[in-house]
Amino acid sequence: MDKTKLINVPSDSMIPERDADREPILEARHLGIDFGGLRAVDDFNLTIGRTEIAGLIGPNGAGKTTIFNLLTKVYQPTRGTFLLDGRDTHGMTTSQINRAGIARTFQNIRLFDNLTVEDNVKVAMHNSMKYSMFGGILRLPRYWKEEKKAHEKALELLSIFDMADMADFKASSLPYGAQRRLEIVRALATEPSLLLLDEPAAGMNPSETAELMNNIRKIRDTFGIAIMLIEHDMNLVMGVCEGIAVLNFGKIIAKGTPEEIQSNPAVIEAYLGTDHNEKEDAAQ
Amino acid sequence: MKLKKNTKSSFATILLVTAAFIIVTALNSAGALSNLFQGLLVPICAYMIMALSLNLTVGVLGELSLGHAGFMSVGAFTGAVVSMSLTGTVSSSLLRLVIALIAGAVVAGIFGFLIGLPVLRLKGDYLAIVTLAFGEIIRSLITCIYVGVDSRGLHFSLKSAEALGLEAGGRAIIKGPMGAVGLQKISTFTIGFVMVIITLALIFTLVDSRAGRAIMAIRDNRIAAESVGIPITKYKMMTFITSAALAGMAGVLYGLNYSTFTAVKFNYNTSILVLVFVVLGGIGNMRGSVIAAPLLLILPELLRGLNDYRMLIYAVVLIVVMIMTNNATARAAIAKLTDRIAVFFMKRKTTENSATEDTSNG
Repeated sequence: MDKTKLINVPSDSMIPERDADREPILEARHLGIDFGGLRAVDDFNLTIGRTEIAGLIGPNGAGKTTIFNLLTKVYQPTRGTFLLDGRDTHGMTTSQINRAGIARTFQNIRLFDNLTVEDNVKVAMHNSMKYSMFGGILRLPRYWKEEKKAHEKALELLSIFDMADMADFKASSLPYGAQRRLEIVRALATEPSLLLLDEPAAGMNPSETAELMNNIRKIRDTFGIAIMLIEHDMNLVMGVCEGIAVLNFGKIIAKGTPEEIQSNPAVIEAYLGTDHNEKEDAAQ
Repeated sequence: MKLKKNTKSSFATILLVTAAFIIVTALNSAGALSNLFQGLLVPICAYMIMALSLNLTVGVLGELSLGHAGFMSVGAFTGAVVSMSLTGTVSSSLLRLVIALIAGAVVAGIFGFLIGLPVLRLKGDYLAIVTLAFGEIIRSLITCIYVGVDSRGLHFSLKSAEALGLEAGGRAIIKGPMGAVGLQKISTFTIGFVMVIITLALIFTLVDSRAGRAIMAIRDNRIAAESVGIPITKYKMMTFITSAALAGMAGVLYGLNYSTFTAVKFNYNTSILVLVFVVLGGIGNMRGSVIAAPLLLILPELLRGLNDYRMLIYAVVLIVVMIMTNNATARAAIAKLTDRIAVFFMKRKTTENSATEDTSNG
């Protein structure tokens, strides 16, 4: 893959050069949340380009998932706000945020267990299907038309991940890896412009992770959307992400390309800690 | 077109109910049913609708309601008032019943909305507690209400039947603790059957649609449903109102089967009885509900000869069914048995099919 060049944007962030002439999809401004006396996230500023694959990394408990919960309005921020597609999202609910263009997956898989794989995807098409509750009960012509369209689209989306043959299975009966992929398909079915993936490679073996990397790029290229992912697997993060933000104790400690992040002393310190002897040596 | 598995199962349930209706009607016209059973026919239909309606809330929406008899009560008394005040103007009793059914459903639906406003913000046990209280409040409230009708229209009072100030020829319909009195029995088994079919069709089509999937998604995982853009409150409310309206309809059907009924009939025990139908038939399983309701209504009557042991045996049957449907080993055994039966029939079918193919080829 060609190395992506990042350029600086006003809000102390970088986006890929190719997205420079378009409005960024996401612009977080001084986002922060407190839980009681704990500052879980503080002064979070980040801009994501239209077709960027961004990574959010950091040690356990750094506040990565909290950021996703803020961006999907599971939590309302204590401070700051974020713009989605240039629009302020202040006061929006989770379902409104989804309709506005953010879809996500969950760290601990959250599927609709008792529904079939196909229905899991169709639930996510809820807002793009145009017939009323009564139209559905009375089986008006529009019901059949829209259901047929949804069925075809669901299978098409599932086939991206080679899951079309599992359409009639119950979601809870799928193997772990397939459940993770179904979550991504379901998120895509809401036609997002920004896809948030929370540890998509958790529990996957190296070959599955490699396949996931290809799929992430494929999704970005096919749908032309931005993707932001949280991941502990550094091979995946360094391999697929263009811009990376590193979080520690709720604050961003570094931003940059994978190369810059790998050589950043603050990042190394956050992950590995400092060597006391080294420190003492330096003091002497 | 190939039918989906769900669609097949829905049609099978509707066929089952229709077959049962035809058999019972035939038995009835042949005079094979005792008075006792004839009297049970309409209540069975009403309770089937109740069970289906509660199953919509418990099984599809995933919220526990313990006040469903309250909605039934609202429907029954609305139906009584509407049908009695229309006695002079609408001569066809069938039309009167239909109007009463619609009115009962609408008023119960409105109550569903009012109760839903605070209640649907609660989760789990709290929702059960509040709906339980609602059922009891409705019962107490209706025990205090007096409603009468005369040529000038409807009259309400909270004091006594005399306080209604009815003209000569006017009639009290609801007399506080005495309940609804002097009603015409206009519910029929046929209408009951039609209402059961309508309820089944409504629930099946609802479940297999955009709205139904949204509701089940909320049940399975609220957070995930929200994250894919489902408006949670709207769908919870819509389901609750639909469920309440169906219960109201069941109430009308039930109430207008008697010349008099009281609010005490729709108490906590009735709510629990309906919940027993739902749990026993299988939560979320509509066919189970339509089977469990009539069986459990008839069973105590069949056991009447056993006097004191009646409720004991009823309880034992409930426990045995619970074990049979919830115990993994027992379920596996039943599944094996049904599989064998299915294989047996399939074999026969394939041999028949090949036989017909042979003849067509020849």
